[in-house]
Amino acid sequence: MRAVENAVGVKIPKNARIIRNLMHGAQYQHDHIVHFYHLHALDWVDVVSALKADPAKTAALSDNVSNAPWGGVAYFKSVQQRLQTFVDSGQLGPFSNAYWGHPAYKLPPEANLMATAHYIEALRLQAKAARMHAIFGGKNPHPQHLVVGGVTCANDLTADRIAEFLYITKETQDFIKNVYIPDLLAVASFYKDWGAIGGTSNFLAWGDLPLSEKEPESLFMPRGVIMKRNIAGVMSADPTRVTEHVARSWYEGKEPRHPYTGETKPLQEDPKYATEGKYSWLKAPRYDGESCEVGPLARTLVAYGLGRPEIKATVDKVLSTLGVPAAALFSTLGRTAARGIETLVVGEAVQGWVMELVENLKAGDSKIYETWEMPDKAQGVGLNDVPRGSLGHWIVIDGKKIKNYQYVVPSTWNLGPRCAKGKMGPVEEALIGTPVADPKKPLEVLRTVHSFDPCIACAVHVIDPDSNEVYKIKAL
Amino acid sequence: MDKEERAFYEKLEGKGVSRRDFMKFCTFLTATMGLSSSFIPKVAEVFAAPAQRTPVIWLHFGECTGCTEAAIRAMYPWIDQLVLEVLDVEYQETIMAAAGHQAEEQLHNAVEKYKGKFICVVEGAIATKFNGGYGKVAGKTFLQTAKEVCSKAAGVICIGQCSSYGNIQAAKPNPGGYKGVGAALGIKTVNIAGCPPNPINFVGTIVNYLLLGKLPALDDIGRPLFAYGQTIHDNCPRRGHFESGEFVEVFGSKEAAEGYCLFKVGCRGPETYNNCSIVKFNGGTSWPVQAGHPCIGCSQPDFWDKFTPFYQEL
Repeated sequence: MRAVENAVGVKIPKNARIIRNLMHGAQYQHDHIVHFYHLHALDWVDVVSALKADPAKTAALSDNVSNAPWGGVAYFKSVQQRLQTFVDSGQLGPFSNAYWGHPAYKLPPEANLMATAHYIEALRLQAKAARMHAIFGGKNPHPQHLVVGGVTCANDLTADRIAEFLYITKETQDFIKNVYIPDLLAVASFYKDWGAIGGTSNFLAWGDLPLSEKEPESLFMPRGVIMKRNIAGVMSADPTRVTEHVARSWYEGKEPRHPYTGETKPLQEDPKYATEGKYSWLKAPRYDGESCEVGPLARTLVAYGLGRPEIKATVDKVLSTLGVPAAALFSTLGRTAARGIETLVVGEAVQGWVMELVENLKAGDSKIYETWEMPDKAQGVGLNDVPRGSLGHWIVIDGKKIKNYQYVVPSTWNLGPRCAKGKMGPVEEALIGTPVADPKKPLEVLRTVHSFDPCIACAVHVIDPDSNEVYKIKAL
Repeated sequence: MDKEERAFYEKLEGKGVSRRDFMKFCTFLTATMGLSSSFIPKVAEVFAAPAQRTPVIWLHFGECTGCTEAAIRAMYPWIDQLVLEVLDVEYQETIMAAAGHQAEEQLHNAVEKYKGKFICVVEGAIATKFNGGYGKVAGKTFLQTAKEVCSKAAGVICIGQCSSYGNIQAAKPNPGGYKGVGAALGIKTVNIAGCPPNPINFVGTIVNYLLLGKLPALDDIGRPLFAYGQTIHDNCPRRGHFESGEFVEVFGSKEAAEGYCLFKVGCRGPETYNNCSIVKFNGGTSWPVQAGHPCIGCSQPDFWDKFTPFYQEL
C-alpha cells in the first residue's frame, strides 16, 4: 500500500494515518502477547513441573511479582486441577512428547504454574484484543480496510466504535502492564545467563508509526542502522543500500540486486539441501553488504541509541531490575525483553492516538481518503516496521501495470542464508556458541530461534563437532 | 433446573464458563449450523466432558498460518476449551510444544494410535510439480505426508482457501504446481473456504461431527451448506442500496459515508458464497463490507485469477 502510494504520489489524510497507526499499534499489542505466551514461553516454562507446585506458594509468588487480576490459592488450585485432569486423560494434545524435565528448564514448579495459568489467560485475552482490528478492519486476521489513498471504514468513525476500541486497547494494556511485563521479568530472573547467548552484530529498523506527514522524522519507532553493536553511533537507514543475494538460495541469478531491479525466479527443479551450495528458499538481504537483525531488539536499540525517552527509560528500568549491563541486550534474553519493552511503550501510546482521532473528528475533519491517478510510469518504496521487524516493498509501474514487485520481509532478514561473500545471516550468527546440554534435545537452540519470532517453519541444521552428526531441529 | 442439569452447569462454571455464556454459544452455533433449537441441549452435551476427546491431527503445508491464527480467535468455546476439553489436538505445528525429531515422532505415533479415528485438518496447499519438491517438512514432501496421513483419517477437513482450492500458491504462474488437498490427492474433503475462514464455520463443522457422528452436508465443491449455502449478496445489509441503484463509485465519497452498495468499486458479494454478513468475525464485531471494503470473494476457488483486478466492477 505504502509502496504504491509512494509511486503514485498520494498523501493520505490525517484520519487515515491515525487509523493505520491504531491498527498497527493494536497489532503490536496482540502479536507480541501471542509470541511471548504461545510461541516462546514453553521454551522456558515446564508445564509438567507445574503439577508439582504448591498452590499456596504460587499465590504468594504471584502476589509478590505481578498485579494480575487473577490469583489466590483457589485460583491456582483450579488451574492445577484443570491441568491434572488434562494430563490424567492420557491425551496430552499439543503438550505431547516435548522436552519436559530437560535440565535447561530452571523455573521452580510455582513459577511454572503461574506462567501456565497466564498462558491460558493470554489465549482468551488475545482473542478479545483481536477485536480491535475487526472494529476498523472488518476482521482479524487479514483485516480489509486499506486502499491506496487511505482507509475505507467511514461508518466506523462513530463514538461507540471508537469507545469500544479504546476500551479494548486499555484492557489489553492492563494485561501487558500487570501480567506480561511482570512475567517477563520473573522468568528472565532465572535465565540471566541467556543475556550472554544468542546475540548478533548489526541492526536495521525502517521505523514506523508516523506522527505527522514527515517521515522519517516523525516516526514513533525511529529509523536507523547500528553496525558492530555501536549503539552510540546510530546511522540513518537508506533503502537504496539494500541488496538481495541468491548465491545460496534456490533461485536463478548470480548478482546481488536492489529490490527495484530484483528477480524472484525459483529453480525449475526439486531443490536439494547442499552444505556448500544452495540451501534455502530465503534470499539473503544485506544492508551495505552486511546482514542485519530486524525486529523488536533492532527497533529498541535504535530508539535507545537515539535517546528516545520512553524506550530509554523502560530499557534502563528493565536492566536495573534484572541487574544486568546494557551489553546483555545483545542476546536471546535481550531480544525477548525488547519485545516486551516495545509492547509496553507502543501500547501506551495507542490510547493517545485514539484521542488524537477523536479531537480531529470533533474539529470537523472526517476525511479518510485522498483520490489519485495511476501514472503511466513510476516507481515507489514502502517502508514499514511490523511486529516481526523491518518490511520493505518496492514497486515498478509501467503502462499503468506492475512491471516489478519485490518485498524484503523481516524473516528474510533474520533467517536468510549466507550471501555471495559467505557472510552468515543473523540467526546463523546468533546460534554460534549456544551451549547444548543434550544434542538430541536441543531446547537451547529453540530458545534463540524462537526469540526472533520466525515467520517460517524453518529447518535449522546443527552439526555436532564431536560426532559430526547432523541434527535437524525443526523450530516450529 | 433438575439436579443433573445443575451439576452440569456447576462443572462448566468450574471451568470458568458461566451458564449464560455457554448457552449463548450453543444457541449461536446451533443457529449458524442451521439446526433447530431442540439441538441446543445436545450441543451443550458435546462440550461438557467427552470420555475420550476426538483426536485431531493438523497438518501445515504451503500457507501463512492465518487459519491457525483465525482458529485461536474462536470465542464460545474459547480456544483453551477446544484444546484442553473438547478436542485432542495431537499434532499442530504452531501451538505444539514438541519440535524437531520429537515432533516428527509425535505425528507418526498419533497417526498409528488413532488410525481411522482421527480428524485430519489440513492448512495449506500442496506442491505437486518436481515430485512435490517445492514444499517439504523434515525432508518429506507435503505430497508424501498428505498421502500418508489423510489416507488414515476418519475424515479430512481443509481449513482455509489454500488447502481447499490452492489459493494464492496456485494462482498464476504457480511455479510449484500447488493444488488444494482434494485436487492433489484425488480425495473428497470438507472445505472450510475463506482467507482465512471464520472460525465459527470450522467449529460448526467439528460440532456437527461430534454431535451427529458425521460431517455436514456439502455443496458441489465441498463447502458445508450451513455456512456457504447462500451468497454474501443474498444477505448483505447494503442490498437495499443495490436494489435502489445507490452505489459507491469512489472511496471516501459522500456515498461511501452513506453506506451505499460497493458493487461498482469491485464487490464480489454477488458471486461469493459465505455467511460473513450473518455471523460476522471476531465475536460478531464486523465484516469487510461493514468496514466499507468490497468483498474480494476469498471463499471462491481461483479468486486471485478470476476476481482480479480488485476494486473494479465485475
